[in-house]
Amino acid sequence: MDLMRASQGAPAILACRDVVKTYSLGAERVAALRGITLDIGRGEFVSVMGPSGSGKSTFMNLAGCLDTPTSGEVVLDGERVSDMSRDDLADIRNRKIGFVFQQFNLLGRTSAKDNVALPLLYSGMSKAERSERAEAALAEVGLDDRMNHYPSQLSGGQQQRVAIARALVNAPALVLADEPTGALDTQTGHEIMGLFHSLHQQGITVVVVTHEAEIAAFAEHTLRFRDGQLAEDEGNRRAKAVA
Amino acid sequence: MSTFELFRVAFGALRVNLLRSTLTILGIVIGVAAVITMVTMGAGTQAEVDRQIQSMGSNVFMVRSGSPRRGGPRAAVGSEQRLTEADAAALKREIPEIVAAAPTLRGNGQAVVGNLNWATTIQAINRDYLIARGWQIDEGRDFEPQELRSGAKVALLGATVAEELFGVGSVVGQTIRVKNVPLTVIGTLAPKGQTSMGSDQDNIVMVPLETGRKRLVGRSSSRAGGVDILFVSVEEAWMMDDVAEQMREFFRRRHRVATDAPDSVFIGNMSEWMETRAETQQLFNTLLAAVASVSLIVGGIGIMNIMLVSVTERTREIGLRMAVGAKGRDIMRQFLVEAITLCLAGGLIGIALALAISLAVARLAGWPVLVQWPVVIVAFAFSGAIGVFFGFYPARKAAAKDPIEALRSE
Repeated sequence: MDLMRASQGAPAILACRDVVKTYSLGAERVAALRGITLDIGRGEFVSVMGPSGSGKSTFMNLAGCLDTPTSGEVVLDGERVSDMSRDDLADIRNRKIGFVFQQFNLLGRTSAKDNVALPLLYSGMSKAERSERAEAALAEVGLDDRMNHYPSQLSGGQQQRVAIARALVNAPALVLADEPTGALDTQTGHEIMGLFHSLHQQGITVVVVTHEAEIAAFAEHTLRFRDGQLAEDEGNRRAKAVA
Repeated sequence: MSTFELFRVAFGALRVNLLRSTLTILGIVIGVAAVITMVTMGAGTQAEVDRQIQSMGSNVFMVRSGSPRRGGPRAAVGSEQRLTEADAAALKREIPEIVAAAPTLRGNGQAVVGNLNWATTIQAINRDYLIARGWQIDEGRDFEPQELRSGAKVALLGATVAEELFGVGSVVGQTIRVKNVPLTVIGTLAPKGQTSMGSDQDNIVMVPLETGRKRLVGRSSSRAGGVDILFVSVEEAWMMDDVAEQMREFFRRRHRVATDAPDSVFIGNMSEWMETRAETQQLFNTLLAAVASVSLIVGGIGIMNIMLVSVTERTREIGLRMAVGAKGRDIMRQFLVEAITLCLAGGLIGIALALAISLAVARLAGWPVLVQWPVVIVAFAFSGAIGVFFGFYPARKAAAKDPIEALRSE
């Protein structure tokens, strides 16, 4: 089905082919991923679910170019990232990936704007351009009036919006959100998911890892991991209904 | 990121833990301050010594009777050969490099003017003395040959005596009494300041040798032309060693000293002695500076320690920066710049502290302040180098972190 979809529509933003990842724990070798093959198309909104140990975190690390697979191929936006060097991966992350974390991971004593501009620091952009793009990204998440606030002066939801603005500021091919609502109350969590949904509608590719079915339901379809394998790839009625 | 921005960001990061940063750089502050203070004070002492040598009269020997030997058998009292006026004249005749050879007698006395009374040194001299010591006459004139011959009751006053007895008024032509001998003041001497021992060279009354011998500082031994000290000056400094040897030979011949007996006179070279003292002082300063640089090293280790703590504390930040695209070298640069900023800040504070201390000490001791700017610059650069050296390991540790592990850390 994945292969079919890849051949049908636009070229996949993320393509995994027989991806295996094993870790060595002492003498033991633990297989975290046992051969994953999947495509995520441009503009899709996908959620990733699975119990702990299912391999979903490993998958996210590979998709986010934080790690390389033991074997198999990962292609992100046309670039084969599965055997890249550390520095090249950093470069890819800088240009093509936007991360959103459960704990927001904003720098303390640093204004919202400077937090958002952080990825641009490493892309060799001029100060003026960094400032302009950070402001635009903050406006996009509805925080244009909180530019110079410090994280400590913002609510959890606002902090996560700043983090989302930071993920968007480099116009990434893929936004990866790891439990983005895990530290938020239900109401705020839903607002954040609403924001992801509207980003998706603007054509941005979004992948959200969650263990809550309710959150996963915001996505168009859900990838379920079990024992290092892709268990199922199901569509969501709600997402379809919204669409 | 521009260099300026790097430093601005580093400064911001360090301000977050202001107290910790301040305590961390204390070692560097103290080290830099100590090194610069020691060097500055060393230069001050040297300048002071140079000035004192200058005031002693350059290229001057002091010749005294008796051997410099300590311990062991000494010649019986009275068997010592006294130096005489004739010795001085003969020296000058036989050793052409000698410019002036001044026989002197020295004693203490009260100088009295009206109801004023001042304890002073009385020095009986001839015309060679002022030449040998490089002493200038401020007002009035030197002794005339016939005053010297006849032992006239005339005197030259040192600046201190003149001021104590006469205040600021004119002194020439006035009369002072020393040991009930009325002396007409014919001139005053230009001030020379203190000796290295702290005695005031300007607290002095000079009289013709003959006058001193007969009336003021005479002793039984001085009747036959005996004197206390010969001041001998030489044309050029490089002749000193040679002339000293010639004089030693001269006196051995003249006093008929047996081949295996010690010298009959002691020939002291004041500037040499003071140079030795200065060298000792310099050595002491160098030693202190070395100890101070140990403080710099210890300070550097402190910086490394705190940077390691900082790297550990900020593991998540490192992970985040890597996730959004920072390469290892970006992280490395960030922490290296922080360490350098710390050290340079310490260096700057240390320099300011050193300047303040040097100024205060120089003022108290009456030395010139001679800030050695090259040393200041080197100390500043060195503190930066300490930042690089001791910041390198923590920075490399930060750069080597795995982004996944780093993001997961608490």
